[in-house]
Amino acid sequence: MILKNHAYGSIAFIERNFALIKRYIGWEVVFLAYNVVNALAIGLIGIKLGKDMVLYLIIGAMVWGFLSVLFHEISESIAWERWEGTIEYTFMAPISRFTHLIGNCLHAIVYGVVRSSLILVIVILFFGISIKVANLLGLLIILIVSGLSFIGLGLVAAVLPLLSTEKGAYATHIFEAVLLLISGVYYEIDVLPVWIRPLSYISPATYTLRAMRQVLLHGASLNDLLPTVILLLGIGVILIPLGMIIFREAEFYAKKKGKLKRSG
Amino acid sequence: MEAVRCSGLSKVFKRKIKIRALDDVSLTIEKNEVFGIVGPNGSGKSTLIRILSTLLIPDRGNASIFGYDVVREYGKVRRLINRVSVDAAFFKGISAWENLRYAGRLYGFGRKEIKERTLKILNELGFSEKRFYEPLEDLSRGMQQKVAIARAFFTSPMLLLLDEPTTGLDPRSKLDVQNFIRKSMNDYKGLTILLTTHDMKEAEVLCNRVAIIINGRFVTMGSPGELLKKHNKKNLEEIFLEVTGHEWKEDEDDT
Repeated sequence: MILKNHAYGSIAFIERNFALIKRYIGWEVVFLAYNVVNALAIGLIGIKLGKDMVLYLIIGAMVWGFLSVLFHEISESIAWERWEGTIEYTFMAPISRFTHLIGNCLHAIVYGVVRSSLILVIVILFFGISIKVANLLGLLIILIVSGLSFIGLGLVAAVLPLLSTEKGAYATHIFEAVLLLISGVYYEIDVLPVWIRPLSYISPATYTLRAMRQVLLHGASLNDLLPTVILLLGIGVILIPLGMIIFREAEFYAKKKGKLKRSG
Repeated sequence: MEAVRCSGLSKVFKRKIKIRALDDVSLTIEKNEVFGIVGPNGSGKSTLIRILSTLLIPDRGNASIFGYDVVREYGKVRRLINRVSVDAAFFKGISAWENLRYAGRLYGFGRKEIKERTLKILNELGFSEKRFYEPLEDLSRGMQQKVAIARAFFTSPMLLLLDEPTTGLDPRSKLDVQNFIRKSMNDYKGLTILLTTHDMKEAEVLCNRVAIIINGRFVTMGSPGELLKKHNKKNLEEIFLEVTGHEWKEDEDDT
């Protein structure tokens, strides 16, 4: 019975979020088209530098697209509830916060995978790229473990719109932009100014991108990937519970200060 | 059995200015009772409802619902309550059905059960089934509020917190909602309702007991008959004028 309630609770968020996607399908098409064009344009920059460079850049665009969708969907789900004023109804429902947030995370994963796969297929067809050398199992493993760490980051970021609808949205966008800068999405992190580099080492995206390039460009084996897999898994294992704890504390604070109202 | 017990509840909001929303409020509501709270905007009605909904933590005092403390045992409280607020908060881009399905899942209901229960209530409220699948943004305020009523009632709560459920509705919708509340009290044994309203007549007709709240304090409380007798007035509006010392007015912000 308890398990059924948890399952229904998580399904609620997946169904609701897909209903919202269906409702605003026009915007989905626009965003998808923009992301495809963005990936193609970035890939074209490398065309004169050889196929490997094209793939290097495309991997950046694809991985960043997937991770930012995860991050965004999780933090935005709270922001959207704040804007609509439904957060109070969700928070007073008899489900645990874990069920609530896991439901949003599952939706984000499904949505991110579908969207990124679509873009990947289009980009591969456009450039006529061969990924025969790639270790596809390794690719999948890296995608899953890095997904966990980005879910953790999304949970931490979801706290911001919980505390302030508008300012929280500003802060999550800035946070995301900083991750883009420091993680070596389109360049190696050693081109960054020395004082920024320490930040690169704490971004899970840095390791994800490095591993993805090893897999797709050089066909790295599972053995080669093991240290990165353990590192990313470790980041996820720390960040997800940490995100949950921070969210619970922020919820308590919001309830103490009366910040759950629509006007916030 | 007591459905609600509040003892010495106080809440202060520190915004640009300090707002004392609730000031040492004590209250007991018996099971099966419809208890009304009337007062102008900003008097503390919604703050009290939010505390009982487990959405706000009081600075002082305590509140319990069917014996469960709203702060320490919020998980148990949430299984027993539901709420309608003055603004029908929904994902307006999706349909009534999609919103209700979402709400129902959170309470552990399956798809079929959600549809049956909500359509039954909406039908009683005079909501056309044809509109069930339309985006809520295309429905009138009255229709949206009926969907909000269905969302609160179909989970069969033991305590319903109705925060100005008829404010801003046209006379027809208002009557539909009032009749539904009255019918529910007859049909669902064990249901207790805490109703806040601006409408004195509504409070007089629907409630077993009524309290008037001003600046976060109850200034008078009793059954409508008792209050009329105690204050020697013809209706609650006259009592309101007497106890507050000023005419009925709506402040800008609701607390």
